[in-house]
Amino acid sequence: MGFIWFWLVAIMLVAYVVLDGFDLGVGILHIFLARSEPERQVMIRSIGPVWDGNEVWLLAGGGTLYFAFPLLYASAFSGFYLALMIVLWLLIGRATAVELRMKIDLGVWKTFFDGIFFVSSTLLAVFYGAALANVIRGVPLHPDGYFFLPLWTDWRVSPEPGILDWYTVIGGVIALVALALHGALYLVVKTEGDLQQRARVAAGRLWIALLILTVISLPASVIARPDTLDNYRSHPLAYAVPLVVVLSLLGMIYFGRKAEDRGAFLCSSMYLAVMLVGAATALYPRLLPATTGLQYDITIDRALAGPHALHVGLIWWSIGMLLALMYFVIVYRMFRGKVSLQGEGYEH
Amino acid sequence: MDPILLDRIHFAFTITFHYLFPQLTMGLALLIVALKTVAIRRNNERYNEAARFWARVFAVNFLLGVVTGIPMEFQFGTNWSQFARTSGGVIGQPLAMEGVFSFFLESAFLGLFLFGEKRLSAWGHWTSALLVFIGSWISGFFIIVTNAWMQHPVAYRLLPDGVYDVTSFWRLLTNPWALLQYAHNMSGAVVTGAFVMSAVGAFYVLEKRYLDHGRIFLRVGVIAGVIACITQIFPTGDLHGRYMAKHQPAAVAAMEGLFNSRTGAPIVLIGQPDEARQQIDNPIAVNDVLSFLIYGTVKAEVTGLDRIPRDQWPSPMPLLFYSYHIMAGLGTYFVLVMVVAAFFLWRGKLFETRWVLWPLLLSFPLPYIANTAGWMTAEIGRQPWVIYGLLRVPDGYSKYVSSGNTLFTLLGFMGVYTVLSILFIVLIYRIIDAGPVTRVAPARSAPLTAA
Ligand code: HDD
Ligand code: HEM
Ligand code: HEM
Repeated sequence: MGFIWFWLVAIMLVAYVVLDGFDLGVGILHIFLARSEPERQVMIRSIGPVWDGNEVWLLAGGGTLYFAFPLLYASAFSGFYLALMIVLWLLIGRATAVELRMKIDLGVWKTFFDGIFFVSSTLLAVFYGAALANVIRGVPLHPDGYFFLPLWTDWRVSPEPGILDWYTVIGGVIALVALALHGALYLVVKTEGDLQQRARVAAGRLWIALLILTVISLPASVIARPDTLDNYRSHPLAYAVPLVVVLSLLGMIYFGRKAEDRGAFLCSSMYLAVMLVGAATALYPRLLPATTGLQYDITIDRALAGPHALHVGLIWWSIGMLLALMYFVIVYRMFRGKVSLQGEGYEH
Repeated sequence: MDPILLDRIHFAFTITFHYLFPQLTMGLALLIVALKTVAIRRNNERYNEAARFWARVFAVNFLLGVVTGIPMEFQFGTNWSQFARTSGGVIGQPLAMEGVFSFFLESAFLGLFLFGEKRLSAWGHWTSALLVFIGSWISGFFIIVTNAWMQHPVAYRLLPDGVYDVTSFWRLLTNPWALLQYAHNMSGAVVTGAFVMSAVGAFYVLEKRYLDHGRIFLRVGVIAGVIACITQIFPTGDLHGRYMAKHQPAAVAAMEGLFNSRTGAPIVLIGQPDEARQQIDNPIAVNDVLSFLIYGTVKAEVTGLDRIPRDQWPSPMPLLFYSYHIMAGLGTYFVLVMVVAAFFLWRGKLFETRWVLWPLLLSFPLPYIANTAGWMTAEIGRQPWVIYGLLRVPDGYSKYVSSGNTLFTLLGFMGVYTVLSILFIVLIYRIIDAGPVTRVAPARSAPLTAA
């Protein structure tokens, strides 16, 4: 049961990052790529009908985490208190910006929300990356399973770290670049003309940055957390993970060159997924490692909810996920194809 | 500052603000389905325009519900971590189901409903409205199951490591408390929807703008309102109160301001509780009524606070007393207004009777107050327990989160929510001002449209 729920929660988080990731990417890039108001509208419309559904993966994933691993939910959310609250405010800002930007036809109003959209998307990406890096590095857990981290202390990976230190900042920057690239590739798929061309160029540059950062991330993780590779050593099959990371990076370039835009976007989705799976593989069976000593790690066994809940959960979860997939297919089919400003007057 | 008090205020503030929006969402969702149904059955384009108008209001309101709801999902963990850890095995279940079964549904079909009218057939569009309605009402159900378990825990057992596990999923979902609470709460949401719709109708009619639409709003609002206001008191409020008297006697005693147990217990209509001297100042009370309401006979003895150990009194007791009285007082007023309005509607005179239209126009904030007061009654009445009888509030909060941090984020939320309130009011005003026929120009390019 523990094994199953570990991976189910991981899959939901992967779904969240891959799907909401391109919304964030568009938010990061729209300031730089759009040169005119119609172009801005195209960019925002490209995510308009889907971002809310994408974000539901975070809620559903959070809820699932709560019921499958209550201790982890309780410990992590109170421990990363400030960071999480800031993330919540950023999510509020992003949602309001996307939805309200068009409601009033005033330059000031639009510029204001463009700014909010950019700032919230950028910081969200950084915080997500830093969060993942925190989980890899570990946190100073007390014997009762709780901890509290300030936003930063001395920026070092010490036994009493902050949420932000040099390692987690690297994590944040990787996430920023990876999601911006993801968003750029999404835009290449969804737009045409000049805008598409600019998105292509941006994607090329971001790709180089991502390549460098990915290479740095491996030794950085090993320095921050010397036992990162233990699971890989004991299960050589796990080395498939870095292999796929490399393949997906190459794939982005390969498909990009041939202008097979969907392929490039899929590779970037693959990259995000595999980076997360790689982290999960390194962690398993820990959920949140302690910097204070192995015996304080929050492991699957320690955090797992009672057996009845998990059994029943498996049933309704599967049904619910099938339904959710169905909705996603319907929505993405309805809104497939390039975004344009003409011809689609859904006046009402 | 006392960290527990701050955590309580933190939760209370954010949830109260959140619930301002879903109550309208859930109420309107039903009324919009009603409008669409009439539009199709009678082939009346006015009703379609009315539905589109309310869909615009709905969209803005929904957005606010979403953005204020997301923090709620995480607050159990942030400020109430020990509670979350203990209870996750039980109420994590309905909470996760809310996400999996209703948020996905709502988010998918709301887009279709708002912007797919051209692409869908009339019945297809009607179906998308229906699915949005179902999604929001399922969401309400799961969240009420969550809350009801805290009020009245069922189907659980304690595991050796001190956390609760659910023993029967079915009994968790059919917790009698949840069913009563759900009926009462959803009826309350319809009251909000009905009053808001009637108020806009009354506004247009009094203002002599969009008369046709104003009349439709009044007709639908008043009919829904009169039904919901009555079910709000009887049977749902009444049954809920009786069930509570059985299972939360301390809460009922404090709500009613009954310091001493007695037969023929009076109902206090107005008064100010004085906890120290254990009496109600300036009471206006009617003897016997409370005994009768709870037990159906004036002879019955009602438990007073004197039988409850002092450390189990809900606190702050006076706030509980006022919340309850505000809710019940407003409930009585709602029935009055709606019955009178329905009478005039039936006689065909409502649209000319200004002295009825004015109260309808001015009353729209009151259901919000009543619903909030109702929740305060429920939640303060539950004190000093987070999980009634099982976990006390001081054992449920996040010990490692200092009160300084809590205050910081509380102030942060207050700031963010102030901005949201301003935006909300501006946008809703624009929608109402633009009216049901004209297209709100910018809405055409609203992002959900995308495509
Ligand atoms: C329009 C709103 C509204 C109105 C007019 C009323 N209520 Fe109510 N009431 C609610 C909206 C509400 C609510 C917000 O929906 C609550 C909060 C928790 C719940 O389930 O429903 C609630 C709770 C609530 C509770 C506490 C339940 C608990 O502790 O869980 C009782 C005993 C009543 N109601 C009884 C009444 C009575 C006797 C009313 C008649 C005059 C009444 N309510 C009018
Ligand atoms: C249905 C889902 C709800 C759940 C699961 C829930 C849960 C909680 C929790 C965990 C607390 C903090 C612990 C405590 O003080 O006991 C709390 C307090 C509170 N909630 Fe709720 N709540 C819900 C709905 C609401 C709504 C809709 C409102 C108001 C509109 C509300 C009003 C309050 C208030 C006023 C408090 C503070 C009470 C006090 O501490 O004295 N709640 N609730
Ligand atoms: C502690 C309690 C609560 C939590 C954790 C919570 C959580 C949430 C979340 C996360 C959303 C956003 C969903 C989305 O993205 O689509 C939401 C919206 C919603 N909530 Fe709550 N909520 C709480 C209380 C309530 C209560 C008491 C009700 C009513 C009974 C309610 C009804 C709804 C509805 C109908 C929506 C849909 C969006 C909207 O109405 O605007 N919630 N809630």
